[in-house]
Amino acid sequence: MAAAIRIEALTKDYTVGFWRSRSYRALDRLSIDIEPGEVFGFLGPNGAGKTTTLKLLMQLIYPTSGRAEILGRPVGDIAVRQRIGYLPENPSFYDYLTAEELLGYFAQLFGYSSLERKARVAALLDRVGIGSERKLQLRKFSKGMIQRVGIAQALLNDPEVVFLDEPMSGLDPLGRRDVRALILELRDQGRTVFFSSHILADAEALCRRVAVVAGGRLAASGTLTDILAFQVRGWELVMSNVSREVLARVTPSVRRVTEISADRHALELSLDQAPDRILADLTAAGASLVSLNPIRDTLEDFFMKRVAEMGAGARAPLAEEARASH
Amino acid sequence: MRAIRTVAVNVFRESVRDRVPYNLVLFAVMLIASSYLIGQLTAGQDVKIIKDLGLAATSVFGLFIAIFIGIGLVSKEVERRSIYALLSKPVSRAQFIAGKYAGLVLTLCVNVSVMAIALYAILAYMVWATHPASRAVWDAPGLDPALLKAIFLIFIELMLVTAIALFFSTFSSPILSAALTFGFYIAGHFNADLKNFDRVVDSKVAATLARGVYHVLPDLSAFDVKTEVVHGLPVAAAYIATTTAYGLAYVAGLLLIATFIFSRRDFK
Repeated sequence: MAAAIRIEALTKDYTVGFWRSRSYRALDRLSIDIEPGEVFGFLGPNGAGKTTTLKLLMQLIYPTSGRAEILGRPVGDIAVRQRIGYLPENPSFYDYLTAEELLGYFAQLFGYSSLERKARVAALLDRVGIGSERKLQLRKFSKGMIQRVGIAQALLNDPEVVFLDEPMSGLDPLGRRDVRALILELRDQGRTVFFSSHILADAEALCRRVAVVAGGRLAASGTLTDILAFQVRGWELVMSNVSREVLARVTPSVRRVTEISADRHALELSLDQAPDRILADLTAAGASLVSLNPIRDTLEDFFMKRVAEMGAGARAPLAEEARASH
Repeated sequence: MRAIRTVAVNVFRESVRDRVPYNLVLFAVMLIASSYLIGQLTAGQDVKIIKDLGLAATSVFGLFIAIFIGIGLVSKEVERRSIYALLSKPVSRAQFIAGKYAGLVLTLCVNVSVMAIALYAILAYMVWATHPASRAVWDAPGLDPALLKAIFLIFIELMLVTAIALFFSTFSSPILSAALTFGFYIAGHFNADLKNFDRVVDSKVAATLARGVYHVLPDLSAFDVKTEVVHGLPVAAAYIATTTAYGLAYVAGLLLIATFIFSRRDFK
């Protein structure tokens, strides 16, 4: 099957400074293939090269070397833009337009008739939860509402491939839930979604495959399970009604105990400690289980480790390393 | 064509919602009206003064609109990052530039038309209020259609100034673009002097340099037929046609270079 998005050795250098100009590599030989109908997470800390990649795919910037294709066509092909949608990072639009007018303006660029435009704009604004505010100028919109309008404009043309740069940015928990549902809906409709994020939870909830970039280079790519499975470094056991005596007894055998409230405690166990034994011990003493979760490296920790490793010259995809080490 | 038209209509809508053009038009109308009061103090010359002031105001206020909106056409889109979403739609960078330009030209056309109507309205009032015997000594009729020739060439000149502003705004900051465009405007009006610079300087280098600048800069004084029109002197149709063609050729050249620069630009 032909890739929906193909990125081959994409590299971007910027020149910084005026008198003493020097070259800065924002993206270094990035290669990824994204399959049609896939929700693909493009992860990395701030400044990793995520937005640079998306800008290259939208041809807002030009590559120093390498190439990219969307739906089998080069990224510069205007006809391809009829079939894709793009949400920029922290989008900003014309503040003198209302949400309805902005979407109407963009819909006109796609060549929809007046009737079709009105229907599409109304349906999309409903879908992203913009109600009567659609008649207000965008200057009166909050950041979260602008983000919702940005998502709506990315979906105006029923795109086959949707690029979302930090789609959860600026959204409240309700908004994040809505956007997650929307992305899953797009996946169910068979659309390809390429989204960038620095929040691991978003990727975990939505993607099967991800790529991780750090320092402009591909740090890992593959399924999220492969990449992060071995990153579990312990367990967190949250218990209620733990008596002081029992707590005193188990404290030496666990890594750390944190008092969350008067009757609730979090116990941190190392990876080699079996949580079920301590759990049985505590419940026998009258405590109740609130939650048990694996403690993983945060994505940030993961990035930091990878950046350090890559600085030392290690460039093998981490998923492969993980498989090799197991 | 659809993309250019859509972008142009949005520029027009932006300028309509922007209060600056309204204020400028209002101010121009007020100036024309006050020029009538000045005319009252000058026996026999009032119509001439009103025509002079009216045309000058049309030119100056049009110039402010062309420069101050023109320099923001591209840079504002880049600064507020609205260009990111726009260029992900089926719009090429060349269409973007053409649409932006067409939108401001449409705005200018409406503004110049409003000023022209205001000028003719005041002149109509003067004709009505002046005794036929006094009108007989006027150089040209009060409601002289020839005024439209001057207004038309002012409009072509403003189209050219807009293209200069747009050209600079594709690669420099708004302040620098404004300064450069204004500089071009001033130099363009004194361009004819550069042609014969060798008559006033001995240096061959300076004369050659001046002649080179003369060929690069547009000769904006060619668009100024205000004096001829106000004094009832003839302005040949052929002159208007060649001057218009000259202006439009310049506009086309500037837009081509602007598109060339803009098409290679990275939006970091």
